[in-house]
Amino acid sequence: MKLLLTGGRIIDPSQNLDAEMDLLIENGKIATIGKNIRTPDTASRRASTGEITVIDLRGMFVVPGLIDMHTHLREPGFEYRETIQTGGVAATAGGFTSVACMPNTKPVNDTRSVTEYIKRKAATCNLVNVYPIAAISVGSEGSTMTEFRDLQDAGAVAFSDDGKPVTDSALMRRALEYASSLDMPIISHCEDLQLSAGGSMNEGFVSTELGLQGIPTIAEETIVARDIIIADYTKTILHIAHVSTAGAVRIIRDAKERGVRVTAETAPHYYTLTDETLREFDTSTKVNPPLRTVEDINALKEGLRDGTIDVIASDHAPHASTDKEVEFEYAASGITGLETSLALSMKLVDDGTLTMRDLILKMSINPAAILKIPKGNLKIGSDADITVIDPGKKWTVNRDSMRSKGKNTPFHGWCLKGKAILTVVGGEIKYRESL
Amino acid sequence: MKLTRKDILGIKDLSVDEIDLILDTAESFIEVSTREIKKVPTLRGKTIVNLFFEASTRTRTSFEIAGKRLSADTINISASTSSVVKGETLIDTARNLEAMNPDAIVIRHSAAGAPHMLAKMVKQSIINAGDGAHEHPTQALLDMMTIKEKKGKISGLKVAIIGDIAHSRVARSNIYGLMKMGAHVIVAGPAMMMPRNIEQMGVTVHNSLEKAIMDVDIIMMLRIQIERQQQKIFPSLREYSNYFCLNKQNITLAKDDVLVMHPGPINRGIEISSDIADGPYSVILDQVTNGVAVRMALLYLLIGGKS
Repeated sequence: MKLLLTGGRIIDPSQNLDAEMDLLIENGKIATIGKNIRTPDTASRRASTGEITVIDLRGMFVVPGLIDMHTHLREPGFEYRETIQTGGVAATAGGFTSVACMPNTKPVNDTRSVTEYIKRKAATCNLVNVYPIAAISVGSEGSTMTEFRDLQDAGAVAFSDDGKPVTDSALMRRALEYASSLDMPIISHCEDLQLSAGGSMNEGFVSTELGLQGIPTIAEETIVARDIIIADYTKTILHIAHVSTAGAVRIIRDAKERGVRVTAETAPHYYTLTDETLREFDTSTKVNPPLRTVEDINALKEGLRDGTIDVIASDHAPHASTDKEVEFEYAASGITGLETSLALSMKLVDDGTLTMRDLILKMSINPAAILKIPKGNLKIGSDADITVIDPGKKWTVNRDSMRSKGKNTPFHGWCLKGKAILTVVGGEIKYRESL
Repeated sequence: MKLTRKDILGIKDLSVDEIDLILDTAESFIEVSTREIKKVPTLRGKTIVNLFFEASTRTRTSFEIAGKRLSADTINISASTSSVVKGETLIDTARNLEAMNPDAIVIRHSAAGAPHMLAKMVKQSIINAGDGAHEHPTQALLDMMTIKEKKGKISGLKVAIIGDIAHSRVARSNIYGLMKMGAHVIVAGPAMMMPRNIEQMGVTVHNSLEKAIMDVDIIMMLRIQIERQQQKIFPSLREYSNYFCLNKQNITLAKDDVLVMHPGPINRGIEISSDIADGPYSVILDQVTNGVAVRMALLYLLIGGKS
């Protein structure tokens, strides 16, 4: 089985490549990149035979498969929200070839058996590469550390108590030290639970007007600062999840300048929407950390531009309608993101915040480097994980036609530009849109 | 003239004309409550559901009396507030009520935005009788009616609202309403009870009762929720009442003809001393009387026959 992608603009920052070329895939690997590739079995180049599939991609971007390092696949335990299967389909439709999934499942991914279950299920589904992130503490309850080495051995790529922040600073210190000794990152969900208690949106003028309890920016920033201070002291590797505030960007920038080994991600909703969107009490806008203000958006964009923020991750958090069709303060937090992440991020290219090259760094190359997975490049011999993007394609977000089980998107009805039209994982076409 | 809107969810989205219409209509309904036979046939054959997810005596009774004096059939439902507990969701409750075809649903709920959610789901008129710390539009309307009745106007008056502004829907609705009608609004309370960026609503903010009530025409005292102290939002009721209780001494800082208001229920000796609550400045019971008239006006304007 061979696949020849012809005429696309191949953009691979990992090898400083940006040119219109052909790309040949053989046996699941990238075999050749070059101008006008001809193989013996392409008598007629445009034809597709049983031996070789040729796809004309003139006008399209051909990039290293996108990697979403922050998703919730909900399985095991919350299959009514998402499964590894439905999440995988959604991921490929959104242009992702690899996802890392958070451990807040039921049971929590805090043991080898759960990690292995996820890996096995993902292999059976055979859609995207699934990289489990294991819990820092047993049950993510913040007291006893999980068996890091065993979990690493089972296939975990990072540790996080996402959704249930580590309140115990001593536990965070030990976790950072242990994980770093295994060359693995701790992904920190930064939230001071006392400061955020009872909150369901950003604290500010809008929460004051709506009478909803606020989550102040300091709930995030105090823990970002704490974790950076611990990582600095212990010389360990720290990744900050879903950065949402200007203050957090500033703290991370300062830390990077001082040489702290910290990386950071943000999610598309944080640089696209503000708390003003909550005025209709639409629960699809409820997310944790919450949507902030224009000042925060500007700081996040600046952080993305200057490299303070390394990664764009969707924080794909699918929920069932029963989780969301309730009073705002009772509604579950989270936005379904796999299918809108790329197009929302391409707005950053349109508005000049990022170049397409930067975008690929943040959505493929950097997450691969942080998770230390052999992905995020189109080098000869690498796994043929490839995303093809139609940069000009206009489409309208329709929650009812989303592949994810989670229809909880605040972007329903939005007209976006740019879409993955072909997703190749390990040399196999997993998603293809009619051209 | 009628209101063209389907629902009354908050003062924020009412226009000055709409507020004037409601207040004028309310004034005309005052007289009904003073008759020997306190009933007019205006809403005969109409059904009003009072759906209360939060304890309330005054507001619920006021709505019930308002409906009955207009000859509507009123039904009271006291429901458990928590959809976290597995039970029927608010939306299902509303859809069931909708299926019985009432004309209006009056809702009180501890969650901000609950009436807004309902208004989108059902075809009936929704009246917000208080949603969390968000809005309490009928309270603000009856307050404005009382001010207008006693002072002849709202525009140009200085109004101080004192207490736990952060958790008060009465404060928010009154800030919107009074400012729309041209009053100058001052808010005061301990710093922990001031919501963030409250000044952006256009009010003057103080942390002392004395500064706030200096030369004001109206003082609105808010009820201190005892449970806030358990949440450690302020140190003690003792300290609160020492510094924020309206009494005979500090009231002299206000204008001589100051009106003292309170949405009730009052905590005597905590936010307001008994001699003030029962004294000559107090219009607290006039507020209650006007509450019935305002609610009659709203029901009439929303679901009354075509004029």
